[in-house]
Amino acid sequence: MTETVDRTRPARSRSRLAALLGRQPLGIVFSAPYAVFLAVVFAYPLGLAVWMSFHDYFFAAPGVEVERPFVGLENYKAVLGDPAVRESFVNVVEFLLINVPATVLLSLVLASALNGAIRGRTFLRVAYFAPYVTASVALVAVWLFLFSQSGMVNQVLGPLAPDPSWLVNSTLAMPVIATFVTWKQLGFFVLLYLAALQNVPKELYESAASDGAGRLGVFWHVTVPGVRPATTLVLILATITGANLFTEPYLLTNGGGPNGASTTPVLLMYQKGIEQGNPDTAAAIGVILVIGVLLIALVTRKVVERD
Amino acid sequence: MRSKAATALLTMLALGMTAACGGDSGDSDGATSATGPIKVWLSNNPEEIAWGKAMVKEWNAENPDQEVTAQEIPAGQTSEEVIGAAITAGNAPCLVFNTSPAAVPQFQKQGGLVALDEFEGGTDYVESRTGDVAEQYKSPDGQYYQIPWKSNPVMIFYNKDLMKQAGVDPENPPLATHEEFLETSRKIVDSGTAEAAIWPAPTSEFFQSWFDFYPMFAAETGGQQLIEDEEATFDSEEGATVAEFWQTMYDEGLAQKEVYNGDSFADEKAAMAIVGPWAIAVYGESVDWGAAPVPTSSGTSPEETYTFSDAKNIGLYSACENQGTAWEVLKFATSEEQDGKLLEMTGQMPLRDDLQGTYPEYFKEKPEYVDFADQASRTVEVPNVANSIEIWQTFRDAYSESVIFGKASVDESLSQAAEETSDLASQS
Repeated sequence: MTETVDRTRPARSRSRLAALLGRQPLGIVFSAPYAVFLAVVFAYPLGLAVWMSFHDYFFAAPGVEVERPFVGLENYKAVLGDPAVRESFVNVVEFLLINVPATVLLSLVLASALNGAIRGRTFLRVAYFAPYVTASVALVAVWLFLFSQSGMVNQVLGPLAPDPSWLVNSTLAMPVIATFVTWKQLGFFVLLYLAALQNVPKELYESAASDGAGRLGVFWHVTVPGVRPATTLVLILATITGANLFTEPYLLTNGGGPNGASTTPVLLMYQKGIEQGNPDTAAAIGVILVIGVLLIALVTRKVVERD
Repeated sequence: MRSKAATALLTMLALGMTAACGGDSGDSDGATSATGPIKVWLSNNPEEIAWGKAMVKEWNAENPDQEVTAQEIPAGQTSEEVIGAAITAGNAPCLVFNTSPAAVPQFQKQGGLVALDEFEGGTDYVESRTGDVAEQYKSPDGQYYQIPWKSNPVMIFYNKDLMKQAGVDPENPPLATHEEFLETSRKIVDSGTAEAAIWPAPTSEFFQSWFDFYPMFAAETGGQQLIEDEEATFDSEEGATVAEFWQTMYDEGLAQKEVYNGDSFADEKAAMAIVGPWAIAVYGESVDWGAAPVPTSSGTSPEETYTFSDAKNIGLYSACENQGTAWEVLKFATSEEQDGKLLEMTGQMPLRDDLQGTYPEYFKEKPEYVDFADQASRTVEVPNVANSIEIWQTFRDAYSESVIFGKASVDESLSQAAEETSDLASQS
């Protein structure tokens, strides 16, 4: 009896350890640096932001004793009661409604075209990718030259130019920004689709063609379902980057103008958290934004990946 | 014997730790008298860097045991963000020669600044150097957390050639009253001389009101701050008069609603600009210019006109270990001699009582600076109150909505902003 116990205990411990470490324990060592990186750079700040959003928090010098009392939902009430915050969320939804569908549609169509045997394919691939790798500041300077009141676009349009002009027009400012961002990021998403298209079996195209499907039919019944996982990825990435919009309204419409028409939640977080020294309310905006993005991502996945 | 040695060692260790802890908690006696090497940050414009380096060189030559290392303020969107981050990280320098008065309440709340009153003779030094103007820089707790250093009192700068082209007397353009200013502006724009009469940035950054509404509000009210006794002052007849003046400028296209990406005055896109004395060095060679006080509704005489100071001050930061040295360097850098050098090298006005009487030769040699020097004695600073930057942002948002973009009535916007800003100012 005693002998049996002595033999089974180490065996059970070993099996628990094996279950914990998996079949390749060395894998933990290899993945540990990234896990630590994630914990330090993403998980800890996110946790701290959530904590800050429930406290009366401000940044203080080391060694200075300050009270940071728990305030419950006060910060959330403050930001949700602020018309500027509500407007910023409406603005970013408007941005996403233009940017995300346009990104998916254009990048899929362009990737399909660039995947075929067309002349100048390499040049076009590089041309679409160039804005993505160019600094936003440089591109914004070009767009300011194009869309400012006395810019090239208005000179071409002449009497048809909008009044007020594009970037100071509360109706047009956000669509211009959405168009800019779509154009700038298109190269990256085209690249994702190009990679996905390599995995669509050629036999499917051949079968569809022999079944009499036209170009549009092949695209709709073979290409679109064939790259569905990539579409999910593009949708989620475009939503995340779009929800974090900051640089373009900061530079193109000088901090969310005109009169807050292109202000985004992240711009307000910068204003409140960094400029005004209210990181608690900024954190509350951030938490609401994260929850919103997660919900959109969840719905997107459910809708796109359903059979 | 061994146990006695151990006890002595432990006692010394404990004393050392106590001293260290005392330093961290801001023990004024210890920290404010400590001497040794220090670091300072300078603004990043070439003239100030040149002055700062020369000043530091002089100090180091006389005080080799208390060496000062100067560097430009690190790059960031604004200096205030960089300083705020440095305070939080605990690595702020001892002195920053570019501390914005609007940011002082926030830095103070962070525990990042040392009250200058803690140094022997500190209060007297600040007040005797700057005179009555110093009062505006006092914090609500009655202490000075900044030394008023230099101002750039803003005035209307105009291009004489463009005025002439527009049919306006270039030597004496009518700009004293709001009506005169509007009429002159109409002549400039209607004649096609320039796209705008004046082109202040119509953007939403919190500080932009310092260069359109605030100077004229200061002039209209005879020196009132935006907030006084924790109450907003701009929801008044004077505030509405100034706001309506600017609304007319925007409505009639005399000022543009879109930001100009460049220097509208230098590029002759605008015939006027609201600037400080720094502009003399910048535009002096290329533009035949003139300067006038900011207008008021009734045309206040120049010698009674107030304006915005656009001051930058010096803060002594609590992360500084050798605060005794920092205080001495601060006094050295703001001495009569160094202020004179600053004036000479940058054209900016030291916040010093009787500026023209202190440096008569300079103003004799450079009479173009006299108007600005005279104006420097009648300046209004941003109010030193809690939530200062949030207050300015709230005001700017209301101003943009009603005055620039005409999406709301001026009276209602100012009224609502006044209520919100009074509430913010009264929070501790």
